Amino acid sequence: MSFHVNEKGYYGEFGGAYIPEMLYPNVEELRQNYLKITADPSFQAEFDALLQDYVGRPTPLYFAERLSQKYNAKIYLKREDLCHTGAHKVNNTIGQILLAKRLGKKRIIAETGAGQHGVATATVCALMGLECIVYMGEIDIRRQAPNVARMKMLGAEVRPALSGSKTLKDATNEAIRDWINNPVDTYYIIGSVVGPHPYPDMVARFQSVISKEIKAQLLEKEGRENPDYVIACVGGGSNAAGAYYHFLDEKDVNIIAVEAAGLGVDSGESAATSALGKVGIIHGSKTLLMQTPDGQITEPYSISAGLDYPGVGPMHAHLFASGRAQFISITDAQAMNWGLELSKMEGIIPAIESAHAFAVLDEMTFNPEDVVVINLSGRGDKDLNTYIDYFKL
Amino acid sequence: MTKKEIGELTTNIYFTIMNRINQKLQETKKILSIYFSAGYPKLNDTVQIIQDLEKSGIDMIEIGLPFSDPLADGPTIQASSTQALHNGMTTQVLFDQLKDIRKTVSIPLVIMGYFNPMLQYGVENFCQKCAEIGIDGLIIPDLPVDVYAEQYKEIFEKHGIINVFLITPQTADERIRFIDSVSDGFIYMVSSASVTGSQSGFGSAQQAYFKRIADMNLKNPQVIGFGISNKETFNQATQFAKGAIIGSAFITHLTENGTAKIEEFVKAIR
Repeated sequence: MSFHVNEKGYYGEFGGAYIPEMLYPNVEELRQNYLKITADPSFQAEFDALLQDYVGRPTPLYFAERLSQKYNAKIYLKREDLCHTGAHKVNNTIGQILLAKRLGKKRIIAETGAGQHGVATATVCALMGLECIVYMGEIDIRRQAPNVARMKMLGAEVRPALSGSKTLKDATNEAIRDWINNPVDTYYIIGSVVGPHPYPDMVARFQSVISKEIKAQLLEKEGRENPDYVIACVGGGSNAAGAYYHFLDEKDVNIIAVEAAGLGVDSGESAATSALGKVGIIHGSKTLLMQTPDGQITEPYSISAGLDYPGVGPMHAHLFASGRAQFISITDAQAMNWGLELSKMEGIIPAIESAHAFAVLDEMTFNPEDVVVINLSGRGDKDLNTYIDYFKL
Repeated sequence: MTKKEIGELTTNIYFTIMNRINQKLQETKKILSIYFSAGYPKLNDTVQIIQDLEKSGIDMIEIGLPFSDPLADGPTIQASSTQALHNGMTTQVLFDQLKDIRKTVSIPLVIMGYFNPMLQYGVENFCQKCAEIGIDGLIIPDLPVDVYAEQYKEIFEKHGIINVFLITPQTADERIRFIDSVSDGFIYMVSSASVTGSQSGFGSAQQAYFKRIADMNLKNPQVIGFGISNKETFNQATQFAKGAIIGSAFITHLTENGTAKIEEFVKAIR
């Protein structure tokens, strides 16, 4: 069984491009060109150079000694939190902005929920001197004021999404509408492995640098390229896609996907898409998504803004349906406690999204020789207010 | 019933009910079609609006099945869609409202909606229900023509449901030809690169596009939508195409007047 996209844009039964005809020329232009452009040696050279000198790659693979002792396994942290702008998101925006430039686009649009992808997009637009418009739900704008300020400092225009539930899914709708209205000069940088083909595959490829580095770093530290477990949190699923990418076909690697249970999977306030979702269409992709029996897309909940997306990328839907990955859901409380735990044990304050991934350590048992890699996708600076409110710090 | 009788009945149904769109398109006059969101402004307004539109001389109606995330629609239609959902509209409620519609209404009726609610209802069930009620066609903006041709065309044809596809000024000629070959009703020409309800009046670029498509001599007639809001834009559009569809402007009328003065709205256009 293949876990990569097929020539029609599907992962098993998931994926495809369920888009209005108005978007067809844009998406088709991208589909026809993304592999050709990204395979070009000059593109590769420019991408690699920016990842090294601007983003700060390779990010370290850090052996977490105290965690390893406590959980009786060899636990490594992939330090995506050390990337410029504070998370893995920038790997993708660098890749896509280079692609946009080669396609001759002048105007960049993006959607953002918590603001991390918006900041990463505004950053690369500043770097390349391109106009940048970020759509963000009106409610999120109020909740994430520091990131809104960052985007503005970086020269981006932040446009509020006023429709629907006024959060990430509506910001995505507004960005898509902008693209429909501006089909010629505009490029849409999607922030996760979601949306119509080729976006899920393209974003996964740009993020795959994460697992490529893990392989090389493990070989150096452990004398083998493959870990026994690779663990990552999944909202839309871009950091997970990157962390899994080069291990998808390595059967000896256990893939663990961690979703946000919010207040509990059955509480009605959750974002655990694999547990609560059904097959449907969201943002141009056939995948698992949370919806009413009537097919209306519902609003998920997680304390972590980066995980409360009602769908999951089609690659992850396929990993779930095929049983290739094990999906575990972690509540707000478990994740928050792990945010504190990791801070005290290893001196690293994680993003709340990433803290979800660590919480599975409590749910699993390992052998002492097991090599476990946890993708630490982002740092916790952006979440300080949430930590302060939660722990009354 | 014998096999022969079932066969005759099917043929009968096909010609008396399923052919309404094609029959209408064969008439010499230009088609004026209206879109509105089912369940808006009030949940149970659907049937009355349809009846009043027919009485006012409308040729075809597109009944919008509301969706939480209507990507191709502008703010006016999305707001009406959101309100309709809030009012309690669902696929099943719409079908229940429409179950006796053919006792009073004879013009072609088309359901326009996004694919996910239909997928959840079951595409085959959805088509079957439409056929039972007397819905003649569907417009599903986010069901691409290639997916339709591969996976769903047979189901639609089995139930005699016409599927209508969109083209835009950016659609390549080759793709227009493909869409024309898969279509069996009319082609929905999106007037410009835009979501619904986002412009007023047609410029020379749009008129050139209308003419370019008219000159392609497609087998399916074209009906123009997006940006048709009044007599002037209706006349401009139907100079080149078989008909035109008004959506956002009628929704705005409903917002301001409820179900009153529908005839006045229609008479102002034609």
